[in-house]
Amino acid sequence: MFILNHLWIILALPLAGSMLTLLAGRHWAQKYVNLSSVGFVVLAFLSYCELAREFFNLSAAQIPWIGNYFTWMTAGNFRVDFALQVDQLTIVMLGVVTFVGMLIHIYSVGYMAHEEGYYRFFAEMNLFMFFMLTLVMAANLVLMFVGWEGVGLCSYLLISFFFQKKSAADAGKKAFITTRIGDFGFTIGILMAFWTFGSIDYKTMFAAAANMPVEGMHQWGVLTSICLLLLAGAVGKSAQLPLYVWLPDAMEGPTPVSALIHAATMVTAGVYMVARMNVLFSHAPAAMLAVAVIGGATALYAATIGLAQNDIKKVLAYSTISQLGYMFLACGVGAYAAGIFHLMTHAFFKALLFLAAGSVIHAMGGQQDMQHMGGLRKKIPWTFGTMLVATLAISGAPLFAGFFSKDEILFDAYAGPNANMVLYVVGISAALLTACYMFRLIFLTFYGKPRYDEHHVHVHESPKVMLAPLVILAILSVIGGWFVLPTYWGGKDYFQGFLDPVFASSTALAAKMHPAWTEPPHSLELTMAAIAVGVAFVGFLIAWYLYIRKPALPNKVANAFGPVYKLLLNKYYVDELYGAIIIGPLIWISRNVLWKVIDVGLIDGTVNGLAFLSRESGVGLRRMQSGNTRSYAAWVVIGAVAVTVFFVWMVR
Amino acid sequence: MNGSYLDSYAPLLLMFLLAAGLAAVLIIASSVVGRHLKVRAKDQPYECGIRPTGDAREPYSVHFYMVAMIFILFDIEAIFLYPWAIVFKQLNMFGFVEMLLYIAILVVGYIYLWKKGALEWK
Amino acid sequence: MFPPLQDLYRIAPELVLCAFGMLVMLIDPFVPATRKRSMGWLAFAGTLVALASLRWAALNQGSAYSGLFRVDMFSLFVHAIVIGVSALAILGSFDYLDRENIQRGEYYALILFATAGMGILAGSTELITAFVGLEMSSISTYILVGFRRTVLKSNESSLKYFLLGSFATAFFLYGIALTYGATRSTRFDVVNQAIAAHGAGPLLILGLGLIFVGLGFKVVAAPFQIYTPDVYEGAPTPVTAILACGPKAAAFAVMLRIFYSAFGSASHVWFWAIWVSAILTMCIGNFAALVQTNVKRLLAYSSIAHAGYILVAFAAASEIGVAAVLFYLAAYAAMTLGAFLIVAHVGGTNEQRLNIEDYAGLGTKHPWIAACFALFLFSLLGLPATGGFLGKLYAFQSALDQRIVWLVVIAAVNSVIGAYYYLKVVVAMYFHESNKEWAPMPMRAPMFVVLLLTAIATIYFGVLPNRLMELAIASARSLR
Repeated sequence: MFILNHLWIILALPLAGSMLTLLAGRHWAQKYVNLSSVGFVVLAFLSYCELAREFFNLSAAQIPWIGNYFTWMTAGNFRVDFALQVDQLTIVMLGVVTFVGMLIHIYSVGYMAHEEGYYRFFAEMNLFMFFMLTLVMAANLVLMFVGWEGVGLCSYLLISFFFQKKSAADAGKKAFITTRIGDFGFTIGILMAFWTFGSIDYKTMFAAAANMPVEGMHQWGVLTSICLLLLAGAVGKSAQLPLYVWLPDAMEGPTPVSALIHAATMVTAGVYMVARMNVLFSHAPAAMLAVAVIGGATALYAATIGLAQNDIKKVLAYSTISQLGYMFLACGVGAYAAGIFHLMTHAFFKALLFLAAGSVIHAMGGQQDMQHMGGLRKKIPWTFGTMLVATLAISGAPLFAGFFSKDEILFDAYAGPNANMVLYVVGISAALLTACYMFRLIFLTFYGKPRYDEHHVHVHESPKVMLAPLVILAILSVIGGWFVLPTYWGGKDYFQGFLDPVFASSTALAAKMHPAWTEPPHSLELTMAAIAVGVAFVGFLIAWYLYIRKPALPNKVANAFGPVYKLLLNKYYVDELYGAIIIGPLIWISRNVLWKVIDVGLIDGTVNGLAFLSRESGVGLRRMQSGNTRSYAAWVVIGAVAVTVFFVWMVR
Repeated sequence: MNGSYLDSYAPLLLMFLLAAGLAAVLIIASSVVGRHLKVRAKDQPYECGIRPTGDAREPYSVHFYMVAMIFILFDIEAIFLYPWAIVFKQLNMFGFVEMLLYIAILVVGYIYLWKKGALEWK
Repeated sequence: MFPPLQDLYRIAPELVLCAFGMLVMLIDPFVPATRKRSMGWLAFAGTLVALASLRWAALNQGSAYSGLFRVDMFSLFVHAIVIGVSALAILGSFDYLDRENIQRGEYYALILFATAGMGILAGSTELITAFVGLEMSSISTYILVGFRRTVLKSNESSLKYFLLGSFATAFFLYGIALTYGATRSTRFDVVNQAIAAHGAGPLLILGLGLIFVGLGFKVVAAPFQIYTPDVYEGAPTPVTAILACGPKAAAFAVMLRIFYSAFGSASHVWFWAIWVSAILTMCIGNFAALVQTNVKRLLAYSSIAHAGYILVAFAAASEIGVAAVLFYLAAYAAMTLGAFLIVAHVGGTNEQRLNIEDYAGLGTKHPWIAACFALFLFSLLGLPATGGFLGKLYAFQSALDQRIVWLVVIAAVNSVIGAYYYLKVVVAMYFHESNKEWAPMPMRAPMFVVLLLTAIATIYFGVLPNRLMELAIASARSLR
């Protein structure tokens, strides 16, 4: 019970690592930086293991377990406690964050070894871990928001880690500003939640929400408003349509950062938040539909862009956006457990993909363009092997982790209580595209003839410290989904069963709202799985045909579909569009309105006006401040007379 | 508070007005009725009929003020001993100790003055 | 007939401060001119002992000297602020006095006497006692303001402060006389009972008005703020730091006692006066600060503006309002003390570096000092996670609770305007190139400790405000 009684320890460890590294790291040799930063993260993971062990000994009545440490602030009846919470959802999220975080820290020891600002990198990574854990463990919205903003800050710092590079600095700023738009909605959502429920504690909020009537699809009620505002925050953080533009640019950061923050943990915060707020969302079907539609649209949309990208990390970035879309889709159809399940498996295989891509880039001496790779299979076999496993997992090859989670989402979209045929078609199409662009990546990178100058680029396998995490993640990308294996012979879904208490009320509510819905037959499940595998295989075949069988064909296709290809290559010109319709006018407004009218006109005007008043009319402040003692005394007298007259007049 | 309470001050106010009025009348009357002769000799400072030499506004040595100030301070503080003398019997030991403390504080001031050289006339 | 011995314990902090003050005066003539700094350490020890003796006073809470003085949570809270301010200011003065060549024992003794006066002011439950405290702190500070005897500006501001201060004090005294005339007592509880029994007549209200003049002068509430910029600018900067924090806190404390306890049932009368005064104070402070180029003067105006924000909470006249005033005073003391002491430090010999341009490049040349200064300015501005933010939050919240909406709106607009001039200094520090050579600014241990403590306090109040707020609420509760 030690960790359960001292939950804060899990937060304190990475924070301590961060502070220590930041304060003392500058003067340390690298191995001490490693020791402090990686060491503290390993300790955090170990304490998580202990926490999980203790957690399983708790009785159902003791969950959620809340550790309330002190009242952070009170103002009137607004009260924020520094309180941490552990329930099944937290256990899953904590496991993902601490474990993947630990592996990526270890990997970074190798990857960042030759970079300037080594200690700064690790201090910021540790700090990120601290905020991410705060986000996940918070027991109220405000504390979650602190973590939410904190990870945003760390993301900003780490994206612009190579801040001498203008593109990196710009990308950091873009990420910060774009997510801020969503956070604005989030903030208002929190205020509204407080206004509605009188508290921002999860426990109180959910209890109050559970007693409220379900709002109709066309009834714009208070719960719908809150959920949509919260969704705005989630859309920004999880890079969904229309606020996804920052994530591809965020690839300017070092690859471990992309793996940890922009694939495995931070960007999934939006999904986590929606799942956490499931009671609220379940009472607002309109908001649920919005979640599902945004998720589905993003899944398909980002996958199409992924088809035409040449930068290996950009492909992965769009793939991440697309997979996050899947998770939103799952939450939107009420399959929260499936969404979280996909979140977990995705964390494994996407982190692996990024780390392997990092290993490729490392091997190629910094080259990220797949058009200048090819034939690397033999030269970096370990990287190739692990990356292949991850690709199989994300594409949904049978028995790999991604297969189970994706299958579950598609199944719920097709046959769940909130099933929707359109969403299912969108999902299955995205699955086809996923297999297609992922194998395109594999074929372009590892197969064919080398398309780089073999005399200049000395391709080498990465050191063991980088390979070890790859192998561990590869194993998890295979077995990480086996929790649900028994369902295929009619057994129990262990993952869903574990998370059930968190989503119980939402599940019950969905069943109540759709009385006609019945549990689909077992055969349907197998059929669906077969369809999904078939579709993925088609995607693989297309990629194989285009990039192995007829390598000349892609260019012909690209030429034949010139405009479409250009559209995809340029990511639908969304960046340009945003530039034209949002940023342009903003700059115009700030220059012409804010600066000319408010700054020059109003503020300067006020200031000049004051000077004018004081010079010309003799009653302004400056004249008042003549420095003359007699006139000061006169002011005191005038004031005294005014005050006394005022007082006496008040009583008459 | 109530009218009658303020009413008791009415004679005082009347007297104040009378005094102010009389002063005003006298000053105005003298300036209106009197003759005004502007002669140079009239503006000169009067020094017992002797022809004035130098500036009349000669600054005093700052030591003069210092001594005057110290005198006043200690004088006033000494005066506090008189009321004490009257109730000396009633206050008994308590009063005695208090006065000892009081005088001790005075002595601190005195020592301070002395050592700072405030009593020396340079 | 004789006061019980326990009463002595209740005024222990004041006794300690006075005793140490006299000790400094007594020893000082025997200390060679080169070793005067030791007097500062002695005085500092005095403040520490006084702080420790607060504990003693706390164990003997209650009324002392037949209702003239009172030890309660409220009084202890304010005592802690004023003594803490003096202790830190003493530490922050060492180098300054050396640079200005005015390292003398009297300086420290006067600070101790002034602090004792402020303590009396904070604990007084009777008007004459309050007057004694007011005079004790005022007269000491008059001298402190003019302590740079060879600097004309310092002399001028001292004289100004003295003349206007005694002028305002006269009003205060007159107010006491009228109050006594109306109620036959100068004790707050008796006045309160008299109002409850007979209502507040014109004479009494006139008295309250005049008392407001006297205290408004001390807390720099408009229209009595007029002397502030000149006096603050001319005074030695560490003294300015004290002026802006200590006497203000003490005067606000006694003002709370008078308005809230004694005249509480007549709050409909004084509410609008405070309302108007708060608006005037904020607006004058902020708008005048916009055009300042001298950082010291800018901070002087800023301190006027902050008096206005405190008056907003004051106007709320509720328990939570009183707590907000106390919280604000503590948070404000930390950040203002820090800010002024940095101005003293950066100012250099003869305070030559006071203009905003002079701060250009501070961010790169002296990053730690600049970071501290930025922190204090951000806190004064009211950025979240600083003490200043929570001070404002609590102040505005308490006013909103009492449905004083417009005042809060105006206050909020004012704090936005205020952001401009604080940021101006930050921008100069970090984004402007320095056009002057920076002489080395050695930071000695005492100054370092002061800045560290004030910075920690500013962050602590901003991040974990609850402990302080609980104390403030307990203090407010003890006031009724």
